Amino acid sequence: MSLLDALGRIAAVARKELRQLRRDRLTFGMVVGIPILELVLFGYAINQDVRHLRAAVVDQANTQASRRLIADAEATQAFDLVARVESPAELADLMRQGRVSVGLVVPSDFERRLDERRRLGAKARPLAQLLVDGADPANQAAVGGMLDLPPPFRSGLGPLGATERSTTFELRALYNPEGRSAVNVVPGLVGVILTMTMVLFTSVAIVRERERGNLELLITTPLKSWELMLGKIVPYIGMGLVQVGLILGAGALLFRVPVRGTPQQVVSASLVFITAALALGLFVSTLARTQFQAFQLTFFTFLPQILLSGFMFPFDAMPEPARWISELMPLTHFLRVIRGIVLRGATLADVQRDVWPLAGFAVLMLLAATLRFRKRLD
Amino acid sequence: MGAESESVVAARGLTRRFGDLTAVDGVDLEIPRASVYGFLGPNGSGKTTTIRMLCGLLEPSGGEAEVLGLRVPRQAEKLRRRIGYMTQRFSLFEDLSVRENLEFLGEIHSLRSRRRRARIAELIERYHLGEQREQRAGTLSGGQKQRLALAASVLHEPELLFLDEPTSAVDPESRRDFWEALFDLVDSGTTILCSTHYMDEAERCHLLAILDHGRVVANGSPRDLMSGLGASVVEIETDRPRRLRRRLSDLDGLISAAQLGARLRLLLSPELSDPVAAVRSALAGGDEQACVALVPPNLEDVFVAATQEHEEGEPR
Repeated sequence: MSLLDALGRIAAVARKELRQLRRDRLTFGMVVGIPILELVLFGYAINQDVRHLRAAVVDQANTQASRRLIADAEATQAFDLVARVESPAELADLMRQGRVSVGLVVPSDFERRLDERRRLGAKARPLAQLLVDGADPANQAAVGGMLDLPPPFRSGLGPLGATERSTTFELRALYNPEGRSAVNVVPGLVGVILTMTMVLFTSVAIVRERERGNLELLITTPLKSWELMLGKIVPYIGMGLVQVGLILGAGALLFRVPVRGTPQQVVSASLVFITAALALGLFVSTLARTQFQAFQLTFFTFLPQILLSGFMFPFDAMPEPARWISELMPLTHFLRVIRGIVLRGATLADVQRDVWPLAGFAVLMLLAATLRFRKRLD
Repeated sequence: MGAESESVVAARGLTRRFGDLTAVDGVDLEIPRASVYGFLGPNGSGKTTTIRMLCGLLEPSGGEAEVLGLRVPRQAEKLRRRIGYMTQRFSLFEDLSVRENLEFLGEIHSLRSRRRRARIAELIERYHLGEQREQRAGTLSGGQKQRLALAASVLHEPELLFLDEPTSAVDPESRRDFWEALFDLVDSGTTILCSTHYMDEAERCHLLAILDHGRVVANGSPRDLMSGLGASVVEIETDRPRRLRRRLSDLDGLISAAQLGARLRLLLSPELSDPVAAVRSALAGGDEQACVALVPPNLEDVFVAATQEHEEGEPR
């Protein structure tokens, strides 16, 4: 009977919250708008694959072999040839002006160097010169692959010796053979967007009630604080799942990001994380007095997570103290879980090492929030 | 306990401190059933703090209170089903309609759906909110908001209703209608505790406690308080009230002097055997026109006298 009453009160709060949410166009728009906007931003603009750099070429040899080298280089798509110039000086001008970021210089003694390479192998002088605008390290990395381009021997004539380095290993990229960053970014975005919106919505929803005086009304009713918390959380759990579907769906449509895990696995993993994020939001709401403070505090929890979780920078490349801190953050664990499920077809059991910390975080935050949120006013 | 069975609220030495500030200082209360009990006092006199302690929202720093036979704040959760609380500030959801607000609260109070619907229809009818049924609460007028807040606080038919400065945001006509509604509730057995800083509102209460700096400085029915005033009230009709007031400032036994348009209202110590003569002699020699007369005290005089004495530290 009393449990039924409690459930009734929780449902009443949840229904009221949904009703208010439907009327709050701005928040409702954010639920749909933020995921789409960020997906497009991160997917298109913040593209970590550097390709199609603008390039100019000086071919001082102008032989059949030199033309073939240039054609081979172009075929890698690392750069697009936008200009042919006559002298290295002109090339230097173009680079200084920022018109091109890559320059390819084929010297006039190219054929002799090629001959040398045939006889001496790797000990010979380089065949040609590649100039890169190295200010952005990403450009260097993109062009780095060009160094291993095999020399343009006529087929069948050259000894295999020259390419011996590339036959030592055969490289195969698993899960993302084309090396597209969208494949890695989109599942990560699920975590980032949930972190931002879930924490923000709950913290603002509770603080708004306090600011508008509604809490004063509620504390004199039989509604208990944990019932209020739960009732407020439930609608946002549904909202979070809608966002997950939206991001993965649009990711598949726009960026051909595969979802290899089953929907059940994706939903269960998301539920654990959404609960953790909502619990954090509730905790934030008990610290903030105004909606503005709730915003500030939310961003305070959001920034370190987005920087240290492995979303922006590879986790393994971070210094050790940063990695310790990042192990405390829910987003770090969720990124591993969701990437595992979406990209490698893992199950929750496969990635349980990161599921438990998430569940633990959720329980801890809920506990802290309920303890801090006293129904009395003192 | 037998004697207290008819008291809805009984408090002894109720005290609340916030840091160095003592907001409520040893308040004793005895509130009989089916009456309107008023807390009259200026802002910061401890009215809201006392109400919050009686609802179990604030823990007292000292003293004890029993409300509807329940100890607060220990049994506050149980108490919440039996009390209603109308906050000083409009605290319903502005983005929900009148009906939705009442429905939400009905669900919170676990009213079964048939009874809930009947009760909401009844209250909407009684408090004239029929036309605003589907209107968002945020767009209601001051009087409508107040009627909605009252409807919301009595939805679950509480035995005791707390009203914290209920009419501070409404016009006089709405205020009169509101009090009519309160007396209807008292008629059906509800006890009402109402805080106010309006004299006309205080005058409508059955019983009154005047609060000042967290202490009850006077209590009783408004009539008893006025007739038992320990001071004489003298009014002077004059063409130069401000000048007269300055001249009277060092009259012996003067408690207070307030200007009311072309009149000066003086509160004088009861030790003066003939207050009118004393005032006349103090004014003698001036060239102002002055008509001095003894008048019956009103509640404001009681209030001023009670709070002044308290400030001078003289017990009654």
